[in-house]
Amino acid sequence: MNSSAPAPKEPEMQRLPKHDLSPLKFDQRRGSPAARAWDDFRGASKLWRLGVMLGWLDIKLRYRGSALGPFWLTITSAIMVASMGVLYSRLFHQDMKVYLPFLALSLTLWQTGLSSLLQESCTSFLDAESIIRSSRLPLLLQAIRVVVRNAIVFAHNIIVPVGVFAIYHVWPGSTALLALPSLLLWGLDGFAACMLLGSLCARFRDVPPIIGALLQIVFYVTPVIWQPQQLAGKARYLLYNPFYALLEVVRAPLLGHIPSIGVWLVALLTSAVFWVIAIWAFVRVRSRLVFWI
Amino acid sequence: MTHIRLENLSLSFPVLHGASRSLKKTLLARAKATVTKPASVGGRMRLGAVASDAVLVQALSGLTFQINGGERIGLIGHNGAGKTTLLRVLAGIYETDDGYLDIEGDSHALIDPQSGMNPELSGRENLNLFACRIGLPKGQLPALEADVEAFAELGPFFDLPVRLYSSGMSIRLGFALATVPRPRILLMDEWFMAGDQRFQEKAKERMAGMVDAAEILVVTSHSLPVLKQWCTRILWMEEGQIRMDGPTDTVLEAYEASLA
Repeated sequence: MNSSAPAPKEPEMQRLPKHDLSPLKFDQRRGSPAARAWDDFRGASKLWRLGVMLGWLDIKLRYRGSALGPFWLTITSAIMVASMGVLYSRLFHQDMKVYLPFLALSLTLWQTGLSSLLQESCTSFLDAESIIRSSRLPLLLQAIRVVVRNAIVFAHNIIVPVGVFAIYHVWPGSTALLALPSLLLWGLDGFAACMLLGSLCARFRDVPPIIGALLQIVFYVTPVIWQPQQLAGKARYLLYNPFYALLEVVRAPLLGHIPSIGVWLVALLTSAVFWVIAIWAFVRVRSRLVFWI
Repeated sequence: MTHIRLENLSLSFPVLHGASRSLKKTLLARAKATVTKPASVGGRMRLGAVASDAVLVQALSGLTFQINGGERIGLIGHNGAGKTTLLRVLAGIYETDDGYLDIEGDSHALIDPQSGMNPELSGRENLNLFACRIGLPKGQLPALEADVEAFAELGPFFDLPVRLYSSGMSIRLGFALATVPRPRILLMDEWFMAGDQRFQEKAKERMAGMVDAAEILVVTSHSLPVLKQWCTRILWMEEGQIRMDGPTDTVLEAYEASLA
């Protein structure tokens, strides 16, 4: 029956790969859970292009049919910053020239940075149910996807603080470059969040609302809309809030300050601990994740 | 040497619903469980020890067989006999620590016609995603596009979201994409038999090329003529176990006799 295959199709098909270029060498059953999780990680990093593409397509889909696309986000946050800036500079008796750039940057970093990264990491595996259940792709590919997606949204929103900086002639200088390694740290933490929260939320569906509620509390106790100086002498206690340190390592350089050693240490230590927990959790549950989603 | 070898392989997985989905309730139940003994029911299902209504399904139990290069295996059995689960295990989607599994050779699984397709994306975008997934070099993309477009007969629909496709269109697209790789081990669920008569004929040609290139074929189907045509050996599954394993004619005769 095979000899009857039509001749014209052959040359076309021959140019396609002869073998499935599977990203993962098939060696499940030969290794500890940790080794298999490592295989997953290596497979995902080999497929990073696919991860980037998935993240990009997510954004494209979200805004398909709207002329402004992701810039809707930019407009929303611009309006939010403008209205909150006017109100809170009154409430806090702050000078608009100082407060508005701070608020614009803070809000953007919090909303489209830390907060959205953590919240979206919850559904990293759940959102990819059909792809995970039907093909053997590295799970961590979804983590790349979430981080990339958030990075794109972040890049669109950072325009708001940049605009406010321009209006008030605030220029952080070359110190701002220090924010780049910190943003990389955020990306890595986002990846870890997908491993930990993504797994946890796949198993327990009531976790995402819990995370959302916690983030709401963290938003108020972390100096996002208020400035650390407003605490006066008590500001040192802020170091016990890891979110403050994580926010500050990006925010301070962008405002032209160099973060203190203490802030750096807390941010790095928190991230390291978070990573260890995330890896531990992912190694333990990786093989069972597919049954949960 | 391409082969698949299973020794005493079992797979059970939890079916989570209701309270077992809740972190709060699970923690409470676990606290309670330390006081009272967990309930258990016999048979194929047992209640999990952790949350009161997490059901553990024994999908496969004690499978032992070996498939060598050149063999064409058909999986047959009632719905729920574990055929698709076994395919998923062979494809590496499901993992189990219970038993031994040794697979030599790259595999490709056709399990779901929508396999990884995003219904919101257009056919062309899905094709690009797929090309990226199998690591197709950029230069081969136009050839793939032309090939798939011709086979799936989508016309202008190729640039519209897949969710707008008729079921025939999406199956043709899924089929056209899924049959691109040339793996040494090909795992196939019965969906590829769907579609009208004309599609079946087209599909057969395309399938033949892929099956020919594969050293091992494992296919599930309810259609005895299909199994007779494609397979050299049949595994008859029942309740997650192998009821019969042998040459196509022998097993299918016994299977037919059991149905009668």
